[in-house]
Amino acid sequence: MEFKDYYTTLGIERDATQDEVKRAYRKLARKFHPDINKEADAESRFKEVGEAYEVLQDAEKRAAYDKFGQNWQAGQDFDPPPDWDNGFEFSGGGYTENDSSQFSDFFESLFGAQGAGGGAGPFTGQQRQYSGKGQDLHAKISINLEDSYRGTKQSLTLQRPAVNESGHVITRPHTLEVNIPKGVTEGQRIRLTGQGAEGMGNGPSGDLFLEIVFKHHAHFTPDKRDILLTLPISPWEAALGATIPVPTLGGKVELTIPAGSQTGKKLRLKGRGLSTAKQVGNQYVTLAIMVPKAETETETELFRNMEKQMSFNPRSNLGV
Amino acid sequence: MKTDLQYTVFDEENEYSLRELCSMCRVHAQFIQDLIDEGILSPLGAGPREWRFAAIEIKRIQISIRLQDDLRINLPGTALALDLLEEIEELRRSKRQLERLHALEKY
Repeated sequence: MEFKDYYTTLGIERDATQDEVKRAYRKLARKFHPDINKEADAESRFKEVGEAYEVLQDAEKRAAYDKFGQNWQAGQDFDPPPDWDNGFEFSGGGYTENDSSQFSDFFESLFGAQGAGGGAGPFTGQQRQYSGKGQDLHAKISINLEDSYRGTKQSLTLQRPAVNESGHVITRPHTLEVNIPKGVTEGQRIRLTGQGAEGMGNGPSGDLFLEIVFKHHAHFTPDKRDILLTLPISPWEAALGATIPVPTLGGKVELTIPAGSQTGKKLRLKGRGLSTAKQVGNQYVTLAIMVPKAETETETELFRNMEKQMSFNPRSNLGV
Repeated sequence: MKTDLQYTVFDEENEYSLRELCSMCRVHAQFIQDLIDEGILSPLGAGPREWRFAAIEIKRIQISIRLQDDLRINLPGTALALDLLEEIEELRRSKRQLERLHALEKY
């Protein structure tokens, strides 16, 4: 187990006041909240910050942590000394809204699985009312645009809280084969009935909510159900019109470019976006005219000829 | 490993009543009423009994709950955050498109 330096996590000094602890926590919680921060590691950072605050905001836990914490470095291999918590009384036990199963092994070895008190609320802690039904779980699932275009199956492993024989909350890895139906969009939720945490007693299991996140694509940008693509074309294709190949999520298609097209012109490929049985997504192609380099004598001559024979002022709308 | 799990996609096609929404998001009807009053949700239909909520709004409810629980943001603040988050998403998309255009310069 690695030692966790909670002061470094919150970016504060060891002698920080309780007010400073609170301020640092609130600032970082806002920064790393997974609904606000779209970085891949936001959720784990948010949980780390929540765990650090859980310990440092509580005078008793902080004092206990400080007692041995001085000589340890973050990441160092760590086992709590026996009876390290002698003389400390943790009042945060029992049922709280906090889901301490989300905290690290390091936290659990010091304060136990029931050690969470008030304050920091982890991302999944959405247990508003006490009931026999198990907790709902929330997770993000990253897929490629092609997966949504066609529909796919993906295997997903989650840490799912459960209650063991002695009544303690523990987490168990749980692998699911998830069907991603055709035409899901960014941020959309999929509910898997009964795949949340186990219920209490005979209560039913909670549900699992998956949030769709798209991986970055080299060419395409999704816009809800539509797919955007910037398509480079030559000056003669733009001037004379042409039928040219265009990549789509479903493979190459032919697109007809009208004569006299300019950079920025938007063309629609109907139904080539993220469609479902009832909803249609399109692909929108924005043209970008690329100018070939005049590298040989012939090429230079061609441009010279155009200069001489075409009356063209691209700056007429600027009045020059 | 289990396959063929029962799943629901919350897209434009599904609609839910107030009762269904409350049980799904595990909130009281009053919480939904508060979100409607703040303009966070806009159901179709005349009154609570006729209200129909688009499934896509479940995302807004879930984010509202988390922002309130995790960051202690009040209702008007939550509404503002949701609006700004949507705007940021739009801007990110435009920015990515512009970056793709600028990348052509290196041809």
